[in-house]
Amino acid sequence: MSDSSVSSKNLFGYVAEFANATDLYHAAEKVRDGGFNRWDVHTPYPVHGMDHAMGLGKSWLSAFVLCGGVAGFSIALFMQLFTQISLYPTIVQDKPTNLFTMPAFFPVTFELTILLSGFATLFGLLGLMMLPRWNHPLFNSSLFQKFSDDGFIMVIEARDPKFKRERTREFLEEIGASKIEEVAY
Amino acid sequence: MADTNTAKMDVHPTEVEGVVREPLVLNNRSLGWITDRICGIVENRQPFIWWVLFVPAVALFSCLLFTLVYLVSTGVGVWGNNQPVAWGWAIVNFVFWIGIGHAGTLISAILFLTRQKWRTSVNRASEAMTLIAVMCAGIYPGFHVGRFWMVWFLAPIPNANAIWQNFKSPLLWDVFAVSTYFTISVIFWYIGLIPDLATLRDRAKKKVPKFLYGFFALGWRGGNRHWRHYEMAYLLLAALSTPLVLSVHSVVSFDFATSIVPGWHTTIFPPYFVAGAVFGGFAMVLTLMLPVRKLYGLEDMITHKHVDNMTKIILLTGTIVGYAYIMELFISYYGANKYETDAFHIRILSGPYTWAYYCMFFCNVISPQIFWFKWARSNLWVVFIVVNFVNIGMWFERFVIIPTSIARDFLPGQWGYYSPSWVEKLMFLGTFGMFMMLFLLFIRFLPVIAASEVKGVLPESDPHYPEWKKLREKRRRSES
Repeated sequence: MSDSSVSSKNLFGYVAEFANATDLYHAAEKVRDGGFNRWDVHTPYPVHGMDHAMGLGKSWLSAFVLCGGVAGFSIALFMQLFTQISLYPTIVQDKPTNLFTMPAFFPVTFELTILLSGFATLFGLLGLMMLPRWNHPLFNSSLFQKFSDDGFIMVIEARDPKFKRERTREFLEEIGASKIEEVAY
Repeated sequence: MADTNTAKMDVHPTEVEGVVREPLVLNNRSLGWITDRICGIVENRQPFIWWVLFVPAVALFSCLLFTLVYLVSTGVGVWGNNQPVAWGWAIVNFVFWIGIGHAGTLISAILFLTRQKWRTSVNRASEAMTLIAVMCAGIYPGFHVGRFWMVWFLAPIPNANAIWQNFKSPLLWDVFAVSTYFTISVIFWYIGLIPDLATLRDRAKKKVPKFLYGFFALGWRGGNRHWRHYEMAYLLLAALSTPLVLSVHSVVSFDFATSIVPGWHTTIFPPYFVAGAVFGGFAMVLTLMLPVRKLYGLEDMITHKHVDNMTKIILLTGTIVGYAYIMELFISYYGANKYETDAFHIRILSGPYTWAYYCMFFCNVISPQIFWFKWARSNLWVVFIVVNFVNIGMWFERFVIIPTSIARDFLPGQWGYYSPSWVEKLMFLGTFGMFMMLFLLFIRFLPVIAASEVKGVLPESDPHYPEWKKLREKRRRSES
């Protein structure tokens, strides 16, 4: 993707490579302080402390999981109490068919709580990440592909209000990018 | 307290003064080396020995399919179990496999919560082992119901007969526990796989692998805005799986413990089963990983330290299991219940299965004690032999618990000697074939080590590593 082939209209943004996690970390702090919004760092593994360097807060995934857990707990209790007490009471081993049989319902209640929390984690995660996604402009960049091997990549999107074609490129060079590439849509 | 904290600030956690901590990845390997080595297993041709193992595994798997077809078409009577031993090898093998399936989630969940970073290079393979073992386990109770096509009656769904399950039955708890365990383990394993699938996608040259890895990688881009949710998901799943993994084998043990059969009716069963499962699971992880690390040149990532840690866990859990065996005997004596005393008398002294008891005791309690010695833990041949003793011993443990207790039931007129039919034996071998086959396919098509996690535990991966290094050098200079 040579620079001249990308017009400013279909420019997705800059892909910049950094030498290592440390450089990327400090660069991220500068981009954060520079007031950019639509940018991200792409790394082969989650870099410790990067959330702070990027100024990101805590993930709210746990809220989804709490909802999933509460749903699983209530569904399990309802299913067991309703079927065992009113719909189809089974009298076995002289066990009661009323609320006093509660302890026997704990294992299934526990398992369903975990099961629905697990589903909430998976689907909540995919929802928050906006994945699955079949394609993305970043996949056009060969430099970007190094993120899954040993590349430390920063992407600043052209949609960012602070983005200026020349200025941002200089800015990336200033904060230590070793290689910069333009990516088209 | 404050002093120790500030003192620690200028040394990297992997290099605390006075504590020589072995690196998790040896020979200062780079990120690229890790990617190449792990993806190379999938991308290159498999070694000849892969085929040597795969072909017999498929043959045994076909034996499993044959016995299942024969079982369904003829009836469950082709198995050797009958009253009073209605739970023969089928349930022995079920508990055996489900026990093996415990190490994976233990490594991925409990060791994650306790920040044991060495887990990263063994968790992927042990999770895969877990899933495969649970699949093998699921076959047995599924077909043990007798009429396999009625298995859907286990699920609480409204049906034409307006019948509902008995939720007070431990067997139904088992259905929920095992299926939840399997589902959560799949989710955990798959979420862990996503970044590595993306690596394989980006490296794939041919169209079909690129499509498939790309499809399952879900478009992963490794952005930190994704990683922060991803890490939270991983933490939450670890927190959910930790009680889950402890609950599953507890629920399996309820199948026995809530009955009134002497020899089964004991409160020690849940912790004893869980310790046994961890014990047997780690033994199976080592049985698989020792050859894999040698065969694929993974010694720098699965180091002697990993083997050492796992053998220590085997020693600990093996000793807990030994304590449980002895405590069972003590309580049967101390409890002064004559049926209970008799059951254990038959089990260890006068019964027809005493050979199995001593086989179990030797394999599970005595043989791992050799791991008290460092030379034994560092000699891989000794480790391999002992973990195979453990594999055998854990199978015998379930055999001792199940048939020996019910072969001597309350009615002496029913007493008999249970021995398995050829169908049971072939099925058991068949599940080993299935286990081997699926594990070999896993090695062939998926990254056997969690590359993205191993990359994260290199000391250089910490963005503050150079600052720590500089501070340390400065301090050393000022000291000298």
